[in-house]
Amino acid sequence: MENTLDIKKIYLSHFADFEHSLNGGKSHPIHQLRKSAISNFSELQFPTTKEEEWKYTNISPLLKHSFEPAKRIFKDTEIKVNHYLFDKMEHSLIVFVNGFYSKELSKIKDLPRGVIIKSLADAIKEDHPIVNQHLGKYADFKNHIFTSLSSAFVQDGAFIYVPDGKVVEDPIHILFLTFAGKNKIFIQPRNLFVAGKNSQSAIIEHFASLAKDDIYFSNSVTEIVTEENAFLDHIKLQEESVQAFHIGRMDVHQERNSNFVSHLISFGADISRNDFNSRFNGEGGESMLNGLFLVEGNQLFDAHTLIDHAKPHCNSHEHYKGILTDSSRGVFNGKVIVRKDAQKTNAFQENNNIILSDNALVNTKPQLEIFADDVKCSHGATIGQLDNDAMFYLKSRGIGDDKAKAILIHAFASDVVRYIKVNPVRDYIEGILKSKFHEDQ
Amino acid sequence: MLLEIKNLHANIEGKEILKGINLKVNIGEVHAIMGPNGSGKSTLAQVLAGREEYEVTKGEIIYNEKNLLELSPEDRAREGVFLAFQYPVEIPGVSNTNLLKTALNEIRKYQGQPELDAMEFLSLIKSKMKLVELDQTLVSRSVNEGFSGGEKKRNEIFQMAVLEPKLAVLDETDSGLDIDALRIVANGVNKLKSEKNAIVVVTHYQRLLNYIVPDFVHVLYKGKIVRSGDKSLALELEEKGYDWIKAPSDSVEVA
Ligand SMILES: Nc1ncnc2c1ncn2[C@@H]1O[C@H](COP(=O)(O)OP(=O)(O)OP(=O)(O)O)[C@@H](O)[C@H]1O
Ligand SMILES: [Mg+2]
Repeated sequence: MENTLDIKKIYLSHFADFEHSLNGGKSHPIHQLRKSAISNFSELQFPTTKEEEWKYTNISPLLKHSFEPAKRIFKDTEIKVNHYLFDKMEHSLIVFVNGFYSKELSKIKDLPRGVIIKSLADAIKEDHPIVNQHLGKYADFKNHIFTSLSSAFVQDGAFIYVPDGKVVEDPIHILFLTFAGKNKIFIQPRNLFVAGKNSQSAIIEHFASLAKDDIYFSNSVTEIVTEENAFLDHIKLQEESVQAFHIGRMDVHQERNSNFVSHLISFGADISRNDFNSRFNGEGGESMLNGLFLVEGNQLFDAHTLIDHAKPHCNSHEHYKGILTDSSRGVFNGKVIVRKDAQKTNAFQENNNIILSDNALVNTKPQLEIFADDVKCSHGATIGQLDNDAMFYLKSRGIGDDKAKAILIHAFASDVVRYIKVNPVRDYIEGILKSKFHEDQ
Repeated sequence: MLLEIKNLHANIEGKEILKGINLKVNIGEVHAIMGPNGSGKSTLAQVLAGREEYEVTKGEIIYNEKNLLELSPEDRAREGVFLAFQYPVEIPGVSNTNLLKTALNEIRKYQGQPELDAMEFLSLIKSKMKLVELDQTLVSRSVNEGFSGGEKKRNEIFQMAVLEPKLAVLDETDSGLDIDALRIVANGVNKLKSEKNAIVVVTHYQRLLNYIVPDFVHVLYKGKIVRSGDKSLALELEEKGYDWIKAPSDSVEVA
């Protein structure tokens, strides 16, 4: 057991080692980002439940471990990734093992001219102008200790660039596999997706652990830019170990008329915190946020979303659902800001939760801050049990208690899952749901 | 005998609703239960199906030589009890076909029969759809979601057709139906009626009984069956209302 102060010192000393290992990398412009991030990190404290943004999420269990930076595993070809792939899907696959790009396991398809799918480490090495232009610009780390940590350790992750007017037909599957074993490691995937004007693409960020109960810390930051009239479909699928800590952040910067769809499907970790921030930076933007989380045991899932309607005529549609059993906890905090000039905004938000045991708990909080007058905004939140009438109806048809529950839970979940347009991913998730509820037995 | 209810008393939220019901139903028979609003008809139907909210305080129900009250709702269904709900429940996200396939296979498993595969199931429901003139789009939609009142009632009979119960209790399946829909529902029920099952229809209206002709008619009032007769009783009720039955039994209660 260490106290928070010591934990900070440990991360700082890991940074010193990391910096030392960079050699020539220190002269790279990105290194400025690292340096200001680490100095910011050293000023900040890890949050406690006294802070409004962390009121219901106590991260002290995370701070009890001293995690080591993950090392590259060289025999990664022995790792079987098939289990994590989506059936019958033509796609580009980019695999990271413990945060490091694995060329051997990845399989990038022939891509339209100019489209880039590669390791961020390589892109940094090449001094890619798009990376220099965008990396670190959206995920502000000033008051965020975990983002500071991520930015200080920027090293690898996925870099995807779809130039203006390009359509990437096949989904891009990014697989972050963690193979921690007995080593308590931390991995910090850092992603940058830039969708050019009039482009179209679908990206899947998939977090998985080789073992169900390894202890590790995954701190990921994804920055996304959708240029004018771009269409980007994003799916984040989280299948971490039940003992892992997952702190994930996503910042989306939406230009005029762009359309961004986000699906977050999470089976949790020990503690998983997902921050989603999006900003409409031009008129006519559309965004849809779909979320589904299922937690059990002592898992804690936390989603904090912020949609910033900075410009008029934008629509956001947010729907998060939670299913909780045992002594699990859920937190949903959905903030929508409609700025003074953002007239004709439509913002819809809904959070529904089903609690399947007496000891599970959800804290849900919608936060609408509206400064414009000609807007349509609505929000709603529900926390409840399975519908008794529906349960009795199913049982009265001969369906047993467990199966009736499974059917109703699955129906509740499908309400989110059915919006996933990438069919093989939807099937994969349906498969997990089915096996979770033993519906097929 | 298929069903024997003896001196059944039942409460909901501490309030006694059924106050000593006695009823015998033989296989091959059709019984009609009539009675004013709030007299306990749906309560009786729900107790038969096993709704936990109702507490049986006295009496017993023997069904097919078994103590029905000891069976879970699902086991009752698997033993051949079917309730067509007065107010069928909407279940968003669960398709009718999924519900029926699961239900049918659970029942078959319980009865030691092999499960139906997808093809066999599809051809079965196709033939049953015709019986109640339901079209495919309705059948593949979520259970009762957005259905009209008449569609919901037809859907109940469609489920009955697929599950082929031994004892079907139809709770006001005719209420709110126009005459065409009534005819469809009644014809469906008549086709399902056989020497191997029994049907209990709860209704307010004699017109249903023109189509589904009962062997016995019972009047339920204030939680008791206060009169039983043949189909002519229903005609008499149609003509005279309930007051002539209510008055004597009310005075009995006062005395
Ligand atoms: N959940 C409940 N809680 C309290 N009282 C109830 C409940 N359900 C029914 N009752 C009461 O029980 C009595 C009988 O109701 P029931 O629905 O069985 O009548 P019914 O004969 O079917 O009437 P209808 O012809 O209107 O359908 C009524 O007084 C009703 O108010
Ligand atoms: Mg009734």
